[in-house]
Amino acid sequence: MIRWLLWIAGGLMLGGVVHLATIMMLPRTASRDAYARLAPVVPVNGFALLPAPTPESSILPFMDPAFAVAACRYDLAKGPVKLTVPVSQAYTSVTFYTRYDVAYYAINDRAAGRRSIELDLMTTKQREDLPDDEEVTAADRLIVESPSLTGLIVARAFSPEPSLLPTAATALRAAQCKPQR
Amino acid sequence: MHLLTGLLLSFIVAAGIGLGSTWYALTQNISFGALELGAWKGYPRNGTVSIDPYARAVIARNGELPVGSGDGVTFTAAADDDGRPLDGRCDVVVRGTTPPARYFTLTLYTPSGQLVANSLDRRGFTSQELVRDAPGEFEITVSPRARPGNWLPTGGIDSYILMLRFYDTSLGIATRAGREAPMPAIRSTRICQ
Repeated sequence: MIRWLLWIAGGLMLGGVVHLATIMMLPRTASRDAYARLAPVVPVNGFALLPAPTPESSILPFMDPAFAVAACRYDLAKGPVKLTVPVSQAYTSVTFYTRYDVAYYAINDRAAGRRSIELDLMTTKQREDLPDDEEVTAADRLIVESPSLTGLIVARAFSPEPSLLPTAATALRAAQCKPQR
Repeated sequence: MHLLTGLLLSFIVAAGIGLGSTWYALTQNISFGALELGAWKGYPRNGTVSIDPYARAVIARNGELPVGSGDGVTFTAAADDDGRPLDGRCDVVVRGTTPPARYFTLTLYTPSGQLVANSLDRRGFTSQELVRDAPGEFEITVSPRARPGNWLPTGGIDSYILMLRFYDTSLGIATRAGREAPMPAIRSTRICQ
């Protein structure tokens, strides 16, 4: 009897390991995560305006309908990416996600200022390889380090009322994310 | 022989407990580190690299992109202040003020994150659209039938969730519950369809 209880206790402990392992592995094996859902409509190193969510279809769940959203799938394998997002009238933000949908950096128009949010996205290695000259270290050039080679950049432009949504979308149409050279 | 059946028993228990608890955690939305303000629950850490593994697994499975912490914070309510699940067939009143933010939006979703069809094509309110009373408080009536004032239609669905998102706000990981973050109250009425 004791023997069976020990086997069951062993099973319970192993069950805990299985539980933790599956939770940790899930983000890397999920086939319907945000990146996978966006892959068919969003180009590599280019922005695409996402279709506005409707009750019938929504490319991602829990999208805020008060925002026009554009996304870019970046790939830093060939070098850093230069990002330019024009600021719309009300509120504009840019959020960076890793390939596995972790938001690692977000900036809004107030932090960026001027007429557009401009910054360079690169890996830590690429940043170290930058020549230490004047232009690169100029204060107005914002550099964001990506923890992964690929990922998502999502630009969101707020529309205070539904009638202004087309205006917000128009601002995002001019958004760019492309290799520097 | 004993060894073999013992091992088999262990593995069956391990698989059952391990996979069962993973499935439970994902479907019940188990996450840690919630900032609870009344009926509203927020996970400011979900918009950072220190997102907890359970929230990561949930997001990977449902396909959501969390709002980044430099952008804003999301709060969710699936029940009213008394803990009753939100019912789309009844009138629910959301009333009060919000913590300081440049903009906020309140949106109604099905539990799986889809918008709800209604004749008005209204999905929620932005802070700019709300009609407020003299002290600056707003009152939104979430109801299946038209109501005067700020009416948020439910389309008559059984259950729904409300999401309150604050953009460009000081609200975040450092926020403690209470006075610095006044959230609107959610009250269910007995008026049902």
